Amino acid sequence: MKPLTCLFVMLCLCACETVQPWERGTLAKSEMQWQTDPREISFQAQVNASKEATSGGMGASGGGCGCN
Amino acid sequence: MVKPWALLCLLGLFTLPVAAGVQVGQSAPQISLPLLATDSPAELSLDSLRGKVVYLDFWASWCGPCRVSFPQLEQLRQELGPQGFEVLAVNVDEFEPDALRFLEEVTVTYPVVRDGAGETPANYGILGMPTGYLIDRSGTVRLVHQGYRKSDGAALREEIIELLGE
Repeated sequence: MKPLTCLFVMLCLCACETVQPWERGTLAKSEMQWQTDPREISFQAQVNASKEATSGGMGASGGGCGCN
Repeated sequence: MVKPWALLCLLGLFTLPVAAGVQVGQSAPQISLPLLATDSPAELSLDSLRGKVVYLDFWASWCGPCRVSFPQLEQLRQELGPQGFEVLAVNVDEFEPDALRFLEEVTVTYPVVRDGAGETPANYGILGMPTGYLIDRSGTVRLVHQGYRKSDGAALREEIIELLGE
C-alpha cells in the first residue's frame, strides 16, 4: 500500500466517532429502534431461532436445536 | 505490501478512543457542578462531602436501570445517612427537562447535580449507564459499580456499612 493511500485510509478512520455511554439518550428513544413493539421483537427472535437454526444476537436465549 | 509502520499507525488509531477510567484505589477526580433545577449559580462539589462515604451515581432519564437504582439509593441514604453516608447523583441528560420529568416520577431527597456537557463522565471514563463509584471518607474510590439490578442493593449496603465502620 502506498503511503498516500495509507494516509487517506487513516484520515477516513479518524472520522469514525464513538458515541459515549452518556450520549445515548437519542439512540435510546423508541423511534430509533429497528422494531418498537417488544412482542414483535420476541416473535422475530423466535422465528429466527426456530426456522433458521440460529440463536443469539437477538437478545434471546436458545440452544439452536430448532425446538424452541 | 503493507509496511509495518503503517500497520502500527492503523492499529494505534483503534486504540485512541479507549481511555482508562477511574479505578478502585484511585483518588476520586474532583467534581463541582450546579444543582439540578435551581436557578442559583451555587455548585456542589465532591470535596464538600469529604469525610462522608459517598456513592457517586452517574445517571440519565433514558437509562432503564436508573429507575431501579434510585429508590434503593434513596432508601440506603435514609437508613445510613445519619452514620455519614451520602449519595451524589450526576445527571448527564442532554436536555434538562428530561431529567426533571424523571425526578417527578422517581422522587429522591439526595442532591442531584447536572453535567449536560459530559465532561465529568468523560473524566471518570464511565463505560455504561448507570455507573456508580463508592468513595470512602478519605476520597478514595473503593468500588466501581456498573449497571444496576434489583438484587444489587443488598451487596451495596454491605459495602457501605463496611466503609462507614472504617
